[in-house]
Amino acid sequence: MVAALRRALPSDRVRDGRTELSLYRRDASHMEGTAIAVCFPTSTEEVRACVEAAVRHDTPFVARGAGTGLAGGAVPPEGAVVISTMKMTRILGVDPVNRRAWVQPGVLNLDLSREVARHGLHFAPDPSSQQTCSIGGNVANNAGGPHCLSEGVTAAHIMALEVVLPDGQVALLGGEDPEPAGYDLRGAFVGSEGMLGIATAICVRLTPDPLAVCTMLFDFDAVVDGAATVSAVIAAGIVPAAMEMMDQLCLRAVEAYIGAGLPVDAAVALLVEVVGLADGVAADTERITAIARDHGVRGVRIAADDVERALLWKGRKSAFGAIARIKPNYYLHDTVVPRRVLPAVLDQVYEITARHELLVLNVFHAGDGNLHPLIVYDAREPGVMDRVRAAGEEIVRVSVAAGGVLSGEHGIGLEKRDLMPLMFSAVDLAAQATLRAAFDPAGLANPGKVLPSPARCADVAAVPEGAWI
Amino acid sequence: MDLSAFADAVGATDPVTIAGFGSHGGGVEGVRTVNAPAGIERIEPEEMTVRCGAGTPVDELAAALAEHGQQVTLPSGGTVGGSLAVGRSGVRRLGDGPVRDAVLQIGYVSAAGEVVKAGGPTVKNVSGFDLCRVLVGSWGTLGFLGEVILRTRPHAAREQWFAGSLDPFHVLRHVHRPAAVLWDGATTWVLLAGHPADVESQVRGLAVSEVPGPPDLPAGGRWSVPPAEVADQRGEFVAEVGVGIVHRHQAPPSRPVDPAVRELHRRIKHGFDPTGRLNPGVDVLTLGAAGAGA
Repeated sequence: MVAALRRALPSDRVRDGRTELSLYRRDASHMEGTAIAVCFPTSTEEVRACVEAAVRHDTPFVARGAGTGLAGGAVPPEGAVVISTMKMTRILGVDPVNRRAWVQPGVLNLDLSREVARHGLHFAPDPSSQQTCSIGGNVANNAGGPHCLSEGVTAAHIMALEVVLPDGQVALLGGEDPEPAGYDLRGAFVGSEGMLGIATAICVRLTPDPLAVCTMLFDFDAVVDGAATVSAVIAAGIVPAAMEMMDQLCLRAVEAYIGAGLPVDAAVALLVEVVGLADGVAADTERITAIARDHGVRGVRIAADDVERALLWKGRKSAFGAIARIKPNYYLHDTVVPRRVLPAVLDQVYEITARHELLVLNVFHAGDGNLHPLIVYDAREPGVMDRVRAAGEEIVRVSVAAGGVLSGEHGIGLEKRDLMPLMFSAVDLAAQATLRAAFDPAGLANPGKVLPSPARCADVAAVPEGAWI
Repeated sequence: MDLSAFADAVGATDPVTIAGFGSHGGGVEGVRTVNAPAGIERIEPEEMTVRCGAGTPVDELAAALAEHGQQVTLPSGGTVGGSLAVGRSGVRRLGDGPVRDAVLQIGYVSAAGEVVKAGGPTVKNVSGFDLCRVLVGSWGTLGFLGEVILRTRPHAAREQWFAGSLDPFHVLRHVHRPAAVLWDGATTWVLLAGHPADVESQVRGLAVSEVPGPPDLPAGGRWSVPPAEVADQRGEFVAEVGVGIVHRHQAPPSRPVDPAVRELHRRIKHGFDPTGRLNPGVDVLTLGAAGAGA
């Protein structure tokens, strides 16, 4: 297999040293696999050659971007070839008038926004990992981020994909034109976690920068007041660019880390940003502030300038750095619930983690009900992993039971594969498997992810060892 | 909504077609016809979602949502299911996004006569493969839509069409996020939506005046071109600038289909409908093109 790959690519871009392979055993999740080789193609043709070699040897392969995925989507299936897109980093073309760009999959999310900033444009999906995650990875996971509340997730920003299909053929899915003939194969591919092929060139939609921005921070004595404010804002017909929530433990950790003057004695703080044109932004700011006052807001802080705005966002975005001061390890969860049940589900999250004697911080996209409970722990403590695992699964179960879904932006991967039956019947899952089989009859593209094997559908209780580690 | 009666009607063996109001040509002629259940089940303004039967008239849904100051991104006319099966967006796609992005969850009846759920009820969801995207625009060839959950959006405080003789690309560049820009080669129409004062300030300095609405669109041909090619259009047309839909009287020429893409279509259709009983004879790759009917 490795020899065949070395014929397909210049041999220095096919690695199989033990140390290097060990670097590619995992992504940013808590699971591991084993690769037999890692390839670094630089072009569509080279990706095609890698896939063709893997297919000829009946060997599974997995595409890998920056490896920032949290659900194990890029963890190599046993004995797989890893095809890294991180040497495909060219921006192929930008059309600033029609607001499109063609990029290679290894272009980093923030690098694209920086490149098109001079045209007053940006790429709207902004996951917390945007400095290090790749656009190819964003496509594979249908990535989100704080500003997806008003702009939508990655699927809304992808026009076309050049892909290497799992049998090694190259095809264009979607198109630069708005209504390509046939099924929306582009839409099927986005979020398919590497199981329908490998994107080698991506046509993205670019979003105009807003002309006016206002960022507000509200703090409340009760979580329920903050959550009710979120629902009331939406019901009033306002869709802010972002509505982010941080609970007390998170506020304290972040404040100790960056000293932004956050309200550390509040139960919860709500960061709201509205964007657009000056008068609309001013009117929305006033209405949102009034709604917060109706719901017992304690403190209202409105960023006076870009410096203060950046500081408030730094508070939100530093959460993951800050928690290292509390405990050395963390497990980040990702579920979505209807906004109206946010307070009840948050209460359950606190109850579950307390019962398992674990600490939890909540920092999340409240505007679209996307919870991110962050369980912090010290892995050296005997037996702690079992408790982390058990609490995590309970959080997923209560979210789905409250009318929610398994994942809002991290994907299913390996982590939640065997929990899919909580949301989908065997018939629903069979339909998803049909789509997968149409793209990949041989089942070599990242096998074993997303879809539970049919035998497991009947028995949700049997989560495999390791899936929650 | 209980879809079991609809599933029974679809059955599992004989050829069957689905029809709404016939706004997009109706069902396949000479084949047993079923209709999707109608009715709005639940409007949740604070979630910005609505759950309704696929047979619900789009205009009835729009009127019910308007009472809550909300709207849904489906062009007026026909049924919700028909609109989604066709998957064509209205002239506000530039600002509102395509129809397919409004769909959160679909309950459909498969070729085997089973009720299947795709997607999820929340505004954000990446759990599993995105079957909703495949079903929107599939013309009832993969499953018959029974019930949907759609994302709604608030009505703007002011929505106003303007028109004038100016370069549509100048408008696209200098007006902040218009809801629509149309151009017929001479006149440019622009729809602005937002705070009334922002709408005023945006048109100040533009050589346009208020008009009651968009122009009549030539019927018969819906051409889909890369937005960069809109500037090259000639003859009688109305183009959606920044989007790439060009409305003409003539049907568009048939487009070449990449063999790999054609093979994917064949496998998807075969996987979802092995005997070809759903809307028999409909080929989604040629719909709308000259000589293809529909």
